[in-house]
Amino acid sequence: MTSIDTTSSDRTTMSSDISSLDPGHKASGLTASNVACWFGTKKVLEGVNLDMAPGQVTALIGPSGCGKSTFLRTLNRMHELVPSATLAGEILIDGVDIYRGAIPVTDVRRRIGMVFQKPNPFPAMTVAENVLAGLKLSGLKSTRSERDDLIESCLTKAGLWNEVKNRLGDPGRALSGGQQQRLCIARSLAVSPQVLLMDEPCSALDPTSTRRIEQTISEISETITVVIVTHNMQQAQRVSHRCAFFLAAENEPGRIIEEGPTKAIFSNPHDPRTNDYVNGRFG
Amino acid sequence: MLTLEGAEPFIYRTHGALVANSPSVHYCANLMSARGPRKYVVSVVGQSAPSDLAHRSVLDEVVHPVVRRSGVDRIFRSVATSSAVITFILMGLIGGFLLVKGYDALKVAGWGFLTDSEWAPDQGGKFGIAAILPFTIQIAVVALFIAVPVALSTALFITEYAPRKMRRLLTAMIDLLAAVPSLIYGLWGLFFLQPRLITLSKWMADHLGWIPFFHVDDQYGTSLGIFPSSTFVSGVIVSLMVIPICTAVMREVFSQAPPGEREGAMALGGTRWGVVRDVVLPFGRGGIIGGSMLGLGRALGETIAVTLIISPAFTAKWSILDQGSNSIAALIALKFSESSTFGISALMAAGLALFIITLLVNAAASTVVSNSRSGSSTEI
Ligand SMILES: Nc1ncnc2c1ncn2[C@@H]1O[C@H](COP(=O)(O)OP(=O)(O)OP(=O)(O)O)[C@@H](O)[C@H]1O
Ligand SMILES: [Mg+2]
Repeated sequence: MTSIDTTSSDRTTMSSDISSLDPGHKASGLTASNVACWFGTKKVLEGVNLDMAPGQVTALIGPSGCGKSTFLRTLNRMHELVPSATLAGEILIDGVDIYRGAIPVTDVRRRIGMVFQKPNPFPAMTVAENVLAGLKLSGLKSTRSERDDLIESCLTKAGLWNEVKNRLGDPGRALSGGQQQRLCIARSLAVSPQVLLMDEPCSALDPTSTRRIEQTISEISETITVVIVTHNMQQAQRVSHRCAFFLAAENEPGRIIEEGPTKAIFSNPHDPRTNDYVNGRFG
Repeated sequence: MLTLEGAEPFIYRTHGALVANSPSVHYCANLMSARGPRKYVVSVVGQSAPSDLAHRSVLDEVVHPVVRRSGVDRIFRSVATSSAVITFILMGLIGGFLLVKGYDALKVAGWGFLTDSEWAPDQGGKFGIAAILPFTIQIAVVALFIAVPVALSTALFITEYAPRKMRRLLTAMIDLLAAVPSLIYGLWGLFFLQPRLITLSKWMADHLGWIPFFHVDDQYGTSLGIFPSSTFVSGVIVSLMVIPICTAVMREVFSQAPPGEREGAMALGGTRWGVVRDVVLPFGRGGIIGGSMLGLGRALGETIAVTLIISPAFTAKWSILDQGSNSIAALIALKFSESSTFGISALMAAGLALFIITLLVNAAASTVVSNSRSGSSTEI
């Protein structure tokens, strides 16, 4: 059915096997304190403090260019991949600093997964191999049956199993855009992340796929802390528990203007700018 | 009837449904083309009312596209087509020229041209490529055997591991090396490398002699004197000029690996090596093959360096370490000035053989390359 690399199978005695991922784990809390970001000399974020509580969905909203993606990328050390990018402040996962702490960067990224705006499945891999890509990439060993279980459970969680269960050997690029995005979510879930970052995951998708993904978010948020960037106010209200509103004044770095329970942000914001934004009056 | 604008003139099997459902007669459709799924604008012409079509599963039927092109499109198409035709004609002219010039010799030699080893057309003797062709290939294989791994690792180091500044410097240096004339490599190889390589040759003959390629006939013993003018030494020197070309092509391709896929791999906790293995190498497969083939072409045709190193031999052998080697290009260079008309005709025939081999190699390579994926197909 699929052509998974079998050379590494049945070696569960290795120290780093799939069971070290501990699928029954608890969601982790993520805390950003006083984060500032630069691209070269240009400061794009300043004084960002945000608590992303375990098992909650936090939505980041704000007009284009205010630094939401930049902030999201600092949360799993993707920010530093941009050559000129620098950063100040602290990001803590369960109280441990992800930049200066003892956690290796590859582990940080595995524990804090990311789904991108544009679906990016690995085109040379089949659907099944795409789901397992994270295991292969981080060199985790697994048995054949563990892998089969993982493929089914992750694709089911991502709401894709029924559509692809007979096409697991097809190349990932043969799926539609919405299916590819759900494949990317399944791929992220396969390494059992404690936090999942999503940068406008539905912006390229049709309403049906969007609904599927929102469902997925609600389901996984019991065990995985979710941080989602969205431009869709309804979506923010539908999926998130808490909401943070970012804004950058002209030629100034972005900041969090207001942050709190989603209901409060949308029905009773303290700041007039938040009120204007959530009611579609600017941005 | 359905018209596909800007689509290639093929029959498309449809794939998926209407993605835009506007009241106009244009539809955006995901169709399966010969090169994978593509988006096309589908115009509906003829009697069918668009509203009907919107409800039907229009795109599940076989569509016969009618291609209409704009003016600019037509101009570009004709320019591109004529360049392709010119290239083709040039190739034909070169092949035809060699065939005409070599015809006299080929007529005399007959099939013996493929089975005879010696080369004595001017003495009225036999002549054929049964020895020089294998020698040519051996030298090229030795060169690629060294060049491809070195070029691959260099290209990966430059694109994946080197710090940004060093990357720019190394890229410039590789491009510079690719432009150095082969004579320079040949001279350096002759005066610097050859005397040093023979100790390596001797070591391989002594310790790896049980492998046929490294076996040296015992009647000479393994004194250093038998090693300098061998297939191995010329192959190593040819590899020096092949490495920069291969590296330049591979580096260029690797640096274009889609950043989205790279980041996707990183975000899953991928190590650098993981990213190389799962993103860069699958993406760069075509470039690896293309670069190697370009190198092979150069290695097969390399003249001056080989001429400087080898002592011509006309008996094919497996062993690459001991005295005596040859190549078609070197043979032509060595014999050209001293040959009669008939001798030159024989050399032309040898040139034709080289030309055909190169064409075959490149045809094989382009088949492999076109079967491997291109990154653009990841667009949705
Ligand atoms: N690689 C980069 N180099 C330089 N500047 C950058 C880079 N990426 C982003 N920026 C700048 O940082 C600021 C914040 O960008 P960011 O992508 O975080 O915005 P955003 O809130 O995600 O916007 P959008 O909603 O449009 O995605 C912008 O002013 C942008 O121009
Ligand atoms: Mg963004």
